Amino acid sequence: MLVSVYRYNPEIDDAPYMQDVHIDIPGGKDIMVLDLLQLLKDKDSTLAYRRSCREGVCGSDGMNMNGKNGLACITPLSEVVENDKLVLRPLPGLPVIRDLVIDMTQFYKQYEKIKPFLINDTPAPAIERLQSPEERAELDGLYECILCACCSTACPSFWWNPDKFVGPSGLLQAYRFLADSRDTATNERLAELDDPFSVFRCHGIMNCVNVCPKGLNPTKAIGKIRNMLIQQAT
Amino acid sequence: MVTSITSFGRSGLYDWMMQRVTALVLATYTIFMIGYLLFNPDLSYEQWKDLFSGTGMRIYTLLAILSLVAHAWIGMWSVSTDYIKQAGARFVFQSVCGLLAFIYVVWGIQILWGI
Ligand code: SF4
Ligand code: SF4
Ligand code: FES
Repeated sequence: MLVSVYRYNPEIDDAPYMQDVHIDIPGGKDIMVLDLLQLLKDKDSTLAYRRSCREGVCGSDGMNMNGKNGLACITPLSEVVENDKLVLRPLPGLPVIRDLVIDMTQFYKQYEKIKPFLINDTPAPAIERLQSPEERAELDGLYECILCACCSTACPSFWWNPDKFVGPSGLLQAYRFLADSRDTATNERLAELDDPFSVFRCHGIMNCVNVCPKGLNPTKAIGKIRNMLIQQAT
Repeated sequence: MVTSITSFGRSGLYDWMMQRVTALVLATYTIFMIGYLLFNPDLSYEQWKDLFSGTGMRIYTLLAILSLVAHAWIGMWSVSTDYIKQAGARFVFQSVCGLLAFIYVVWGIQILWGI
């Protein structure tokens, strides 16, 4: 099959280019895209990409495969290859450090902004702060996010304003703490989000839902934040 | 918190609600107008003039004009902050939009109360 990989090494290349490689899959098996990258790297060791867990847990190998963001390690070739061809690009919208490796600073800055930790000023109980099973269930579909950035880098609103719009990933996490029964900073958190960019740049395009490898729904979480803002204001 | 002084209401929630309310006003106005024209196929000038002479209709029309202007401003402001990255060009674009909005309001009032 034909693999077309985005290559860019700023120390050597003047501009990024696509490198076409013909490759035979051993045994014609339906391997994961990450395995294919290893095959490419065996041929040409200068190819750079991130990976760690190789089982969809660490969120390192988010990339754009034939136009759709996802994790290379849990995406089988059969799911993305079209006409025996696969185009691999870095996640769109963030600066490229080298080849498929992107600079995620802007993404983490947005994450940092939403204060991704429990805030509770009441005296700590002797053992731990308890939640009822129902309260705990509120966090399902939120806490599973692995911060792979597949969603935010698929979101046009994040492309145009990555410094102002928190983005689907950060907002999913923002709601994760708004929804937590143990967190007491709800009003402060909402006040931080009530500007024309942070939340309201989301136009419900749902690209984020479409690509999330963990099957999460940032659009729904964003809708819930909006409802909380409305309730607080009216 | 991102502070932005050129948006409509300064708060994202306010702009968002404004966008919904104005859309509702414009939708009812459009439906009313289409309905009126459909039920009066052989509309005369006198009838048309009568319609717009009533205070109720004038208020409704002015509301529709103001809704249109607010709706357009919020929309164009969003578009300009998405796509026009150069601050100078964005400011010029927003100024032109604002000026046009103002002209339309004054012009609309003049027409409505000039009948
Ligand atoms: S639904 Fe909102 S956050 Fe998700 S991709 Fe669309 S604009 Fe971005
Ligand atoms: S919401 Fe999904 S796509 Fe977005 S960062 Fe989390 S796991 Fe990745
Ligand atoms: S390598 Fe960890 S998510 Fe793919």
